Parts: sequence; C-alpha cells; structure tokens
Amino acid sequence: MRPLEDILVVDLSQFLSGPSASLKLADLGARVIKVEKPGTGDICRQLYTSNVIMNGESSVFHAINRNKESFAVDLKNDYDKQQLWELLKQADVVMHNFRPGVIQRLGFDYASVKAVNPSVVYGEISGYGDTGPWKDKPGQDLLLQSLTGLTWLSGNAGAPVPMGLSIVDMLAGNHLAQGILACLVRRSVSNEGALVQVSMLESAIDFQFEAVTTYYYDGKLPERSEKNNAHAYLGAPYGIYQTGDGYLALAMGSIPQLGTLLACDELLNYQEVRQAFELRDEIKTILAAHLKTNTTQHWLDILLKADIWCAEVLSWDKLMAEEGFKVLDMIQEVEMSDGYKYRTTRSPISIDGERFTSTKGSPKLGEDNARIIEQIIPHGK
Amino acid sequence: MRPLEGLLVLEFAQFMAAPTAGLRLADLGARVIKIERPVKGEAGRQIAIRNLFVDGGSLVFHTINRNKESYAADLKDPDDLKRVKKLIEKADIITHNFRPGVMEKIGLDYESVKVINPRIVYGVVTGYGSKGPWALRPGQDLLIQSLSGLAYLSDTADAGPVPFGLATADMICGAHFVQGLLAALIKRNKTNTSVLVEVSLLESVLDLQFEVLTTYLNDGGQLPQRSKVRGSGHAYLSAPYGIYKSLNGYLALAMGNLHQIGEAVGVDLSTYEAQNSWFEFRDEIMNLLADRIAHKTSSEWVSSLEAQGIWCAEVLTYEQTLQHEGYLAQGLKQEVNLPDGGKLSTTRCPVRINGERLYSEVAAPRPGQQTELIDQQFELR
Repeated sequence: MRPLEDILVVDLSQFLSGPSASLKLADLGARVIKVEKPGTGDICRQLYTSNVIMNGESSVFHAINRNKESFAVDLKNDYDKQQLWELLKQADVVMHNFRPGVIQRLGFDYASVKAVNPSVVYGEISGYGDTGPWKDKPGQDLLLQSLTGLTWLSGNAGAPVPMGLSIVDMLAGNHLAQGILACLVRRSVSNEGALVQVSMLESAIDFQFEAVTTYYYDGKLPERSEKNNAHAYLGAPYGIYQTGDGYLALAMGSIPQLGTLLACDELLNYQEVRQAFELRDEIKTILAAHLKTNTTQHWLDILLKADIWCAEVLSWDKLMAEEGFKVLDMIQEVEMSDGYKYRTTRSPISIDGERFTSTKGSPKLGEDNARIIEQIIPHGK
Repeated sequence: MRPLEGLLVLEFAQFMAAPTAGLRLADLGARVIKIERPVKGEAGRQIAIRNLFVDGGSLVFHTINRNKESYAADLKDPDDLKRVKKLIEKADIITHNFRPGVMEKIGLDYESVKVINPRIVYGVVTGYGSKGPWALRPGQDLLIQSLSGLAYLSDTADAGPVPFGLATADMICGAHFVQGLLAALIKRNKTNTSVLVEVSLLESVLDLQFEVLTTYLNDGGQLPQRSKVRGSGHAYLSAPYGIYKSLNGYLALAMGNLHQIGEAVGVDLSTYEAQNSWFEFRDEIMNLLADRIAHKTSSEWVSSLEAQGIWCAEVLTYEQTLQHEGYLAQGLKQEVNLPDGGKLSTTRCPVRINGERLYSEVAAPRPGQQTELIDQQFELR
C-alpha cells in the first residue's frame, strides 16, 4: 500500500521545480494529473539537453514526468476552464509555479480554489517570493545560484563556479513536497486545507544555511583553497586528489596520522589541529604530490584499514559496475502508452521495505483527456 | 497553528542528514527531542567549519539543531535505556543514522521498538543502504559525492572531478527523509500500525542526478561532456549557459534564443543556425560572448539585457546578497536566543504555510538541557 494512494494531485506547473515535487508525490502513490496547454504543453517537452531526443521529446521531460497523466486544457477557453474547475473541486492537492500575478489573472489562485474546495492543500513555487524588487525576475536556476552566492563555493579559488545541476529548482521542489505532505498529515486528522508556498530564493538560501550563518557570525566570505578544493570552510585534507591511475577523495582526518600511514614525512610537520585549516594550501600541495606516486587502490588499502574516511572517485559507468550500486536497484524501466520504453531512476524513499518503482512512463500531451473527463469530472465528491 | 503541532520526534541521529530533517519537522511544528549521550552530547557538536564554536558547540551544530530539545541518556546504561523506552512509548517518530547492527545491540532496532510502540514511525538514514559491500563504509558527504558520479558535472572538462562545495548529499537526503517520514505518518493514520522509513545518502544523491542519469541511460552511455571554458554552467546545456567575466565582476547568462542574445551582447552568432549547433560549438560561442562581455560592467549588462527579456543576472557574494533589498524583503534572517543572553543570527525555514513565515527563537540545546523537564513531563523517573 502506498501512503498517498487515495490522493489526487492536479499539477499546473511546468519545467523542473514544480513537476519534480509532483513526481515525488506520484511515486508515493498519488494520482498526478499534469495540466498542460494544448499544442506545446509543458515547455520542458522541447527543452533539449545536449540534443538528446527520446520518442520525439526531451530526455529531461521524460525523467521528470513519468508516472503522471496529461490533461490538455486551454486556460483561455471557457469550456476547457469549466472542465478544469470540475477537476480542481475534487483535487486533494493543487499546485503551480506561475510567476506572481499570473494565476490570479487566470482565476485559479488559492482563494478561488479554496472557495469551491475548502480542504484543498494548495502549493505554489515562485522564483523570488511575492514581495521585493526581484519578484518579477525569471526564476531560472543559474540566475538564482548567481544571485544567492552559491557560485563561490565549488571549484578552486578564483572565478565563480556554478554547481552543474539545476539544484535550486530541485530543492524548491523538495521543499514544496515537504510542505504539502505536512499539510496532508494535518488534513488526514482535521480535514483542513492549507496554502503552501516556497520560492527558489528561499530554498537557495536554506541550502546555504551553514555558510550564511557563518557569514552573519564573522563577516568573512567563503575562501576556496587554491587547489583540491571540496569545501570552502573545511581544512586539509578535505578534497579530491589525483593518484597514479585516477582520483582519491579524502574527507576529515588528522594530518600527522595521514603522514604516518602514507609514509609522507613532510606531513608530520603539521602537528597542530588549527594548521589543517590555516595552512591548508601547503598541506594539500604536499598531499597532492605524494598521492600521485601510487595507485588509488594502493592508498585505499592502507587508509581504509586504518578507518580513514576516503573513497575512490567514480564516473557513472564505473559506478554502475559496482555491487554496492547494483544492490540498490536504483534503475527502473518505464513504458509510455505507445510502447516506447526507457530506463530512468526510481524514488529514493523506501517505506516498510518497499522500493517505489512504477512502470508508467511519461504521458503524451493530452493523452488522458478522454479518460479524465469520463472518470473524474462527472463525479463530484 | 503549524501543521505538525502535537507530534513528538525523538532524534537519535547525529551529524547532518537526519538532523536537518529533524530541524524541518521542528520548524513545521513538531516537538523534536535529541537523545544524546550525557555531557558530551552528539559527535556533531565537535565538528566545526572554520573552527567556529559558540557556547561549547560548533556553529554548524547550532545551525542544524536550533528549535530542538536535548535529553541525555547513556544507551548502554539499563536505567537510562528504560527511561528512553518509556519516552518512545509516547513518540510519533524516531530517527537514527547508526550503522547497521548498532541499534540491534542496544535493543532499539525497528522490531524491538515496534513492540514498545506499535504505532511508531521509525526512520533510518544510512550512507549506502543496509545491504551490500558498501553498507559499512563511512557515510560521509564527500565520499558519497565521489562515488556517485556527481563530481563530474561542474567546472571544466580539464578540472578533474569537482565536487559540489556544500554537503549536498547530506542535505538532499535529509530533504527526502522528511518526505518519507511525513508520508509514513499519512500511512499510519490509515493503517494504525508502525511504519519503517529508509533513505540513504547514495540513493538521494543519485535521485538528485535523475535528469542527467536518464539522459545517460538513453543516449548510448555518454559520460557528461563538460565545456573547456571556465564558467560554463551545466555539462548538458548549450551556449550561452554560464558565467562570464565582466568589467567589474561576473555576469550569468541562462538559456534563450542564441541569435537574439548574440545581437544584444554585440556578437554576430547567425552562423550557428541550427539549434543543435549551440551545443556542438558551445566552447567557441562562449568565447565569442566572453570577449564582448568583458568590456562592460555587470550592472550595465543586466540593465540592457533584462530590458530585452534576456535571462541574466549579476553574480553576487554574500556581502552583496545579504544586504540587497531583494533578499531582505523575504525576512529570511532570524535570531535565536543563546543561554548566556546573546543572540545568534541564522536563517529561517524556507516553507511558508498559510502566508506565514515560520520563525523560532529557540537556540540549539546544550547536551541534556531538558532532561529533568522531560523526566517530569513524561513521568519517566
């Protein structure tokens, strides 16, 4: 039994942040209906990453929107709007990520939906909240990374380096899912609805909560190490180092102890704990030169035996060959209504020992219109 | 009223992943009590960034564990264990991140706790899942980033592996953990029995890569091709996506119509006619744009480009972001009250419920700070 199996989610959002939240809910058992405009649908259908087209649409769309249905409606057409209203009246969860003001103009804002569906849990994601001089800016991941200081944390000292995933989008989606679920918990007891709001801006800052708290405390900006940086606020040896045949990651550890284990005498000069941060660059330079002199496995054998926190660095091809990866069964195959199959990942959450897989692929635009009209729309609650 | 009010969470977990989940539950209204060993408390109190400590605990510990209480118990002491078990009878959720086998030895594994409290939601965070050859490896963020392929997504092709410069695996796992725990509560309200929730840092960080992994699984297994141009924002996105040096700082350019962007910047990019050429010739296009962008200030660029609807932003540091009205308008800063009367500035919960920002003045507890109070309230002695 999936936790959300009697929950109906009507999702008017597009791109990544909102749809990634509804995907989490779908995998937990909810029935998720994407509301898309006719013709082009969710813009993500045509947003190609590195030109990878699957069954006529982008790989990214397929990843985000599996396990959902598609209901194509023209929000400027009165008949279509009436159909959508019937759906909204019965929804347990309604969500969108339109820019501030748009949903009100369309007439599907929280107040309007609540009027016909008082116990609805209504979620919205914005780029920058609904107040302030940034609120009308495009809520795009790289821009949010840039405006919130996130680009000064990765890579070595020097120029800003973005994190190479749409991480702010995904965090906002995860935070929306948290808020929606919390309100569903309450609703299952008291039958009251709620408005849940998150923004990419608030989520980006929350992600950096340690760094921002540190800045508030001492007023110093993050300083990445010159080489082998993995975290601007941590001392040596924290970083990734080239070896004779690959790379080795070292987390926190005592420098003198490493010096002994690795037979690197120079490291024994750094006996004081505070030197690991203050003299980080010179320590890392010594480590880097030393670790190049033998293979990753050679170093792992020595260090793991001494309980030093370290690991090899793997690309996906090497990762997927590992038994440690295979036992997780993270990959699943899904199938679209036209028989097109593709492999993707599964939900990362397990409940009562069950891994939540689903064979349902992404929907073609509007493919579920007839079924939804027949099944859901005539049946008021 | 906050959605999770009335719920009791016992947090046996330490460090970052599960405690960030506990923080979110606390901010959403739950009562979260950390069960810590007497005097020293959890190991996370000693892990600092930049060697910063406040009131005996690291600044990081304060950031993650504000708004919680602490109950001191030595789980190897039979009397303490008895009291903890009595407390468990009243709990809705318990969480831990001990390695497989530890809770079994103590007698607080899921099967044992179910007997004490047949409606418990029992949440476990591991590094790599509980089965397989990696199950006993240290579940440390950098190591998991390194094993998961995440380090090959940021920075340039010749930079080697570059991890995300925050504890990303910890935080995304914590985010998923919250969702699992809340979904479990919903399930419990239907079945009226205990529920087990499991997440791992590795599964979560793989889920974070779900878009690019789906692309990888369907494009013939091509590993991410990062650009050679520093500042490039995403291995899978075409020009111009990235950060460019301006006259006085840096400018971020997101996706858009390349020809329009070229014109606005002052470069003729019409030779790159087909959209798929924007990825194929990404490096040379970025270099052409970079040559022009270097000549004006970031704010001059943002003014002229934004006016033409081009998605761009200045790259800001915390010094700039945290003083900017766009940030200040969100009221993200909050202060907690330290025991000595001082205050600590940090950030608030990113989720808003019913239009309300969720603040709390309660600082992180000292080890065992509320032991007596809890003994009294729950009649444990």
